[in-house]
Amino acid sequence: MSDAAGVLGIVVAHGEMAIGLTDAVRNITGVGPDALVPLSNRGLAPAALAAAIQREAGPRPTILFTDLPSGSCGVAARLLARHDPNLVVICGVNLPMLLDFVTHREQPLVELAARLVSKGRAAISCAAPGSGSNGNSAVSR
Amino acid sequence: MAILLYRVDERLIHGQVVVGWGNELHPDRIVVVDDELAASEWEQELYSLGLPTEMTPRFETVESTRTHLAEWEADGSRSILLTRDVRSMARVANGGLLEGRDVNLGGLHYAPGRDAVLPYVYLSPDERTALEELVAEGARVAARDLPGAKRVSAEKILARDGRGS
Repeated sequence: MSDAAGVLGIVVAHGEMAIGLTDAVRNITGVGPDALVPLSNRGLAPAALAAAIQREAGPRPTILFTDLPSGSCGVAARLLARHDPNLVVICGVNLPMLLDFVTHREQPLVELAARLVSKGRAAISCAAPGSGSNGNSAVSR
Repeated sequence: MAILLYRVDERLIHGQVVVGWGNELHPDRIVVVDDELAASEWEQELYSLGLPTEMTPRFETVESTRTHLAEWEADGSRSILLTRDVRSMARVANGGLLEGRDVNLGGLHYAPGRDAVLPYVYLSPDERTALEELVAEGARVAARDLPGAKRVSAEKILARDGRGS
């Protein structure tokens, strides 16, 4: 059952990554496939991957979250988004980005995408031995 | 030889090529041979996104590749040459241009009209014919998706009946 009130998210990634990320989102938030759908590129030719994305997205405003910008998932997603104003592609997906997504799906598509890129970047940190940092300050400055 | 890998992969520039083979071969140039892509600047930009800065992409037609191949093989760069399909690689090879070169089948996945040969190689009858032509041109063709994977020769691939046996 789709929740037509909000933006749909599709995680398009290599191997089992998409399933792992969507499962983690479900574990943390309880939000399921009405909002966020996993799609693996495993064994799929480019045309088949594009068709699978279109099948999942339907006519709804959708964000395609992909892993590598230079990977087959990113390429297929960008090729589709070029001709469809209801599709936005974000490459470099991470879990904090997806957690923010499922709680802000009511926002307009493009604004939401910009927000998620910002949230995803801000969540990346490094706690190096001897730095005395917990890893957050480097990204907040 | 400056072309370190000739590869047939319908995904062209993607993770296995950039990371899997890239870490093994350390190429500084990726030559994508595709008539359609050579005419589309937007798609060229798309395929170039996210490439490591040490790899320079180049998009060529089959004909321009045949013209420049000897030059690229001799110019001291470290290249990976990609085609989207077997037919394009066979056209590059026509006349013995790839004689003695190792050509890698890296990714031709399921599509209607194709039969399974390996988990990452499915071939249509026309693609089998193109593969036979490529071998007849003297190229040493084998399937291998990643550097650490087992090579499967074209002879073994062609000997399979096309239904995965």
